[in-house]
Amino acid sequence: MLEGLMIGLQTAINPFNLGMVVFGCIIGTFIGMLPGLGPMSIIAIMIPVAITLGDPTAALILLAGVYYGAIFGGSTSSILLNAPGVAGTVATSFDGYPMARKGMAGKALTIAAISSFAGGTIGAILLMVFAPMLSSVALLFHSAEYFALMVVGLSAIAAFAGTGQVGKALMMTILGLIMATVGEGALFNMPRFTMGLMDLQSGFSFITLAMAMFALPEAIFLVMNPARSAQGGEGDSSGKITGLRITREEARAIAPVIGRQSVQGFFIGVLPGAGATIASFLGYAVERNLATKEEQAEFGKGSIKGLSAPETANNAACTGSFVPLLTLGIPGSGTTAILLGALIALNVTPGPRLMVDEPQVFWAVIISMYIGNLVLLILNLPLIPYIAKILAIPRNYLIPFILFFTLMGAYIGQNNATELLILVGFGVVATILRFADYPLAPLLIGFILGTMLEDNFSRSMQLYRGLGFILERPMTLGLLVLAVVLVLLPSYRAMRARKRAQGVADGD
Amino acid sequence: MKFTRRVMMTAAAAMVAFSGAAQADGHQVLDEIHFLIPGGAGGGWDGTARGTGEALTESGIVGTASYENMSGGGGGVAIAHLIENAESMGNTMMVNSTPIVIRSLTGVFPQSFRDLTLVAGTIGDYAALVVPADSEIADMNGLLEAYRTDASSFAIGGGSVPGGMDHLVAAMAMEAAGEDPTGFNYIPYDAGGAAMAGLLSGEIQALSTGFSEAVALADQGEVRILGVTAPERIEGSDAPTMMEQGVDVEFVNWRGFFAAPGIDEAQVEAMRAAIAAMYETEEWEAVRARNGWVNIHNPGSEFETFLEEQETQIGDLMRTLGFL
Repeated sequence: MLEGLMIGLQTAINPFNLGMVVFGCIIGTFIGMLPGLGPMSIIAIMIPVAITLGDPTAALILLAGVYYGAIFGGSTSSILLNAPGVAGTVATSFDGYPMARKGMAGKALTIAAISSFAGGTIGAILLMVFAPMLSSVALLFHSAEYFALMVVGLSAIAAFAGTGQVGKALMMTILGLIMATVGEGALFNMPRFTMGLMDLQSGFSFITLAMAMFALPEAIFLVMNPARSAQGGEGDSSGKITGLRITREEARAIAPVIGRQSVQGFFIGVLPGAGATIASFLGYAVERNLATKEEQAEFGKGSIKGLSAPETANNAACTGSFVPLLTLGIPGSGTTAILLGALIALNVTPGPRLMVDEPQVFWAVIISMYIGNLVLLILNLPLIPYIAKILAIPRNYLIPFILFFTLMGAYIGQNNATELLILVGFGVVATILRFADYPLAPLLIGFILGTMLEDNFSRSMQLYRGLGFILERPMTLGLLVLAVVLVLLPSYRAMRARKRAQGVADGD
Repeated sequence: MKFTRRVMMTAAAAMVAFSGAAQADGHQVLDEIHFLIPGGAGGGWDGTARGTGEALTESGIVGTASYENMSGGGGGVAIAHLIENAESMGNTMMVNSTPIVIRSLTGVFPQSFRDLTLVAGTIGDYAALVVPADSEIADMNGLLEAYRTDASSFAIGGGSVPGGMDHLVAAMAMEAAGEDPTGFNYIPYDAGGAAMAGLLSGEIQALSTGFSEAVALADQGEVRILGVTAPERIEGSDAPTMMEQGVDVEFVNWRGFFAAPGIDEAQVEAMRAAIAAMYETEEWEAVRARNGWVNIHNPGSEFETFLEEQETQIGDLMRTLGFL
């Protein structure tokens, strides 16, 4: 292994390849900030450039830089503008945006950058050590287990079911699940609930809904309430970004989160049917359950743990998704599918024989991950104060900017003007729901997980001709039980705490 | 677009075509072509259009090429756009493939290929049935044997909806082998990666997929190709055809180009001439080889005959399967 590592290092550390990774990171970060252009589209755009380089190693290093840059860029728009550009960064906005509103945008970006770096780097180490062994793990899950995993992912909504909100959060989740059924599903060849509209044939697009649920209502609230600046009233009124540095206590608080989520996220990423999105939701749910009661109350309101968990898990999962790609030749996500195409165009066929036949490519991928992550951190940390200044823009400029950004994001992915009507329509509905104090995050979680939940459920039903798979497959049952525990545990704890408080009162 | 699998794999490779627009020299046939792509950037249609555009411009056959992505309605939005604005779209070629036949049969969109001007079919990919390399099933007969022995624990998967291409190919093979094409359990996946993972994890016993995708994993020793839907063995591959095993199935997933209805005949002929000349160029050979495409050239009236035959073949089967 050491020998391979040296081969990889030798090829990666020459001025040209280092230049490539820097170039890739910069391009990725800046394009990645635009909602609607996720890692997948940016990599697709950069592939021709990479291929003209001719050398597979240099091409992969460039693409790895673009990949990590794009993921980080996506987190930036989630944190600063509440505009998650890809599904994997939705959970980032849950706590990242509230932090930014409290005037801690710089700190939020720093935590995101460090968590991403740690998740990606620890993921790369796990990939290096365990990749050959993990190819069988990737094949351990059947549709039944994926279904159960999605149910566990849904338990993340518990975080938004605060006092008196359980019913509302559940209703929003179900609404999200319902919205996921619109369009031509993967398992039926008939369009459902499209009302004959061709634009709904492929269902609602994620990016349009994300902009409508998160970014647009935020812009409308900013317009309606002059006192509510994007940075919030509580922060420094001069618009200065305070608190870029992380204190020692904060570092101590997020270190175990990063440790756990790097490993958990990586293993979820290894499963070809799961991926970064589910990893980020699960990471969020699990860390919330592990947190103390005081910390739990912070989740959704600007918790550093709530920000760190999905950011770490998301990046670790992206790295994990390279296991099935490199060892089996199976792309587990849209992004790895595009990368597979690039590898094939460079005359490299991933599969079980890659490590034997072309070890230098395998090691180049791993090394490019380390370098990509490291360069990204070095590039971005000094840039954070400047990026965070976006929020210091006066509101009469900032609001049109957010609106433009939102509309462009919805349009750019589909090149279809109907998306704009859908965006505005749902944006208005979302604003009304927010007035009525309905949490919108569960809706989006339901929508994102709904399709995968339904597909895997119906596949299992068809394979087992009924619900038998729940009892016949121990891992499915285990995961479903875990989901129930994750949902009930907080209420059980609360109940016990209430009982104890009562007991004390009675005893008096 | 649900058939993301073969789509994405070739996609990235074909994105190379972004370079575009080299200036033409002596033997130019057309000044410009505008490609209308019914799906998003990075899809299979996108790769085909940009790859074709690259070969046409770099070889100097066409002066400049431009590209427009218009997704929606499984391709229906772009078709409607091409028909509604036919008068101003004399330079436009829309890329499409087998799904235009399937989707107009199922009524996803009201139009069919008959409402458009047929330019030419250009490339294709055969279909294949595969099993994991360590499977006991060795050939098509073995597959049928396994199905006949225990149909309830036998499932064939694919990356398309029931009634979609992968399902139809598996059903065609069953029908040709004298079995009830509606009898077997078809498990749909939403992408090729997921379907292949399902096969290797043992969730399904066999997979219906595109040949170019299957051959990459067969070379890696992960899957065994039981039968290909080509009329004879494909050059450079020792994968057996279905025909040689007595299963009379021939099917090709084609890709080709369409122009607006009622455009100038001379213009259509120029488009066909440009495509015909393209096959002779090194530039095309480079694009084709990079993407693993098979040249299947069906210009003008041959394209029409081909599409009508395919429509009958697919239509009959879908009626048998109960999808129409």
